[in-house]
Amino acid sequence: MNAVVTASGLNKRYKNTVALDHVNFRIESGRIVGLIGPNGAGKTTALKAILGLTDFQGELNVLGFDPRTQRDRLMEQVCFIADVAVLPRWLRVREAVDFVANVHPRFNRAKCEAFLARTKLTPDQRVKQMSKGMIVQLHLALVMAIDARLLVLDEPTLGLDILYRKQFYQSLLEDYFDENKTIIVTTHQVEEIEHILTDLMFIRDGKIVLDTDMEAVGERFAEVMVSADKAATARSMKPLDERQVFGKSIFLFDGADRATLESMGEVRRPTVSDLFVATMKGTYA
Amino acid sequence: MKTFYWLVKREFWEHRGGFLWAPIITGAVFLVLNIMAIITAEVLGARHGIEIGGSNWQMMIAKANEGDLAQIGVGLDVAMLSSMGLISIVMGIVVLFYCLGALYDDRRDRSILFWKSLPISNTSTVLSKVASATILAPVIAVVVAVIIGLVQLVIFALVLSMHHVNAWQLIMLSHPFRAIGTLVSNIPLYALWAIPSVGWLMFCSAWARNKPFLWAVAVPAVLGLLVSWFGIMGLFNLPTVWFWKNIVQRALLSVFPGSNIVYNDRALEASASLGNDNPLSVLSPTHTYTLLASPNLWLGVLAGAVLIAGAIWYRRVRDDS
Repeated sequence: MNAVVTASGLNKRYKNTVALDHVNFRIESGRIVGLIGPNGAGKTTALKAILGLTDFQGELNVLGFDPRTQRDRLMEQVCFIADVAVLPRWLRVREAVDFVANVHPRFNRAKCEAFLARTKLTPDQRVKQMSKGMIVQLHLALVMAIDARLLVLDEPTLGLDILYRKQFYQSLLEDYFDENKTIIVTTHQVEEIEHILTDLMFIRDGKIVLDTDMEAVGERFAEVMVSADKAATARSMKPLDERQVFGKSIFLFDGADRATLESMGEVRRPTVSDLFVATMKGTYA
Repeated sequence: MKTFYWLVKREFWEHRGGFLWAPIITGAVFLVLNIMAIITAEVLGARHGIEIGGSNWQMMIAKANEGDLAQIGVGLDVAMLSSMGLISIVMGIVVLFYCLGALYDDRRDRSILFWKSLPISNTSTVLSKVASATILAPVIAVVVAVIIGLVQLVIFALVLSMHHVNAWQLIMLSHPFRAIGTLVSNIPLYALWAIPSVGWLMFCSAWARNKPFLWAVAVPAVLGLLVSWFGIMGLFNLPTVWFWKNIVQRALLSVFPGSNIVYNDRALEASASLGNDNPLSVLSPTHTYTLLASPNLWLGVLAGAVLIAGAIWYRRVRDDS
């Protein structure tokens, strides 16, 4: 497999905070990567570095380009949606399609119009007359019509209702994603993207604390529901996290022996949100 | 090239109000005021039994010598171009504020993140905005001014023909083609002359984290005041007037069309010495283009180019959205 993004020793400081602390990672083609971290962990900085929107130290290779110096050519292959309301308010639907069609060499106008036909958007409508959900529909229609190799989504569904959020990810999966494309997504609504991710990256205080694919998550991490009498034994096995539900304790283990766990109680795969909470314990303390 | 065309088109979409409607509305208001003045004159004339035009006029024209006829032609030319004066001022204001917002507004509302998601270089983005300010805006203003001027001419002709004056004969005395040519010829010169202002305003627009207007005005004004202050104290022998005229005004006011005339002493003298000749000659290319020989123009272009390069650089590195 060929790498879409390779970062080594990626480093970025703002005045008095470290946004990225010598980060190394590698993203392969045909993956959907969730970059997940608490507020201020450095997610957006990492994405901005990939998109050439900010300066940084270290090595970063995106599709064979250096985003600092070859940004114009890189952007032919990369698309991004940075949060909802970034489309200019004066823009009309028709103008947006015309403009992108004429400046982007990989834009497919017919495809875009087909996507727009499924929405309530009309050609003369301006962005300022649209709801947040409609703005995202327009932005998504533009982006999905571009045959890019890398799509970067930074909090794409922030502030949308659940219908738009579901539709957003569904369209991406059904009409856009294939083995030649790669998607990097950050969001706080982890539960909603959990089932579409192929890879997971946790970032905390500018460091990557977990970088794994979703299959490995199931093998490596396990959650066990233990009744009170066996809780002490479980605690001695150094769980990542412990919480109480209905008088029983739920322990989260990293790399513990499967058979031992099964002897203590019901074992299941932890959700990404539980894993996230356990990993990020004490971030804001 | 195609990308650049669409970038300029995008600027037009965004600033249709300033680039297109502002001159049209100004021109329309100008026409309405003129019509009101004509009606006032007609009403007052009728009330006091003064016969304007009529056979007297016809006789006057018949008896007029060549010099007098030329004067009438000049008057019509001036009337035709007078709307351009007003439209120029409005256009200057539009361009001034356009330049200040061009590289700032999209950072403030974060739509820069959308524009930067497209494969367009910062250089073409900034240059398309420079082209919109120095070429697109004046071309639209001139086209509107020409149309308004011709309508004005027709209105005068109609009014006079109601007074049994041969309007066609009058119109033949004016020089509409020469007037149009004069206006069009001044567009390239305007572009060169406005570059230092456009450069400075866009530099502030790309550089300022907030309030670009304040920075753009305050920096040259405070510098000018300091220079004046040192001058008054007699500490340094700094050329106060020179600084205000060649730095402060060039940085801020060169976006106003016609501001170059003030700096072109030779053209002013030339047209003054012509005395009786058509005052339009102030605007005629044979006079205005003598400015090409002045270092002021070329140093301004150079300064503007440096400032635009700075604006492109800040467009790339300012990362606050």
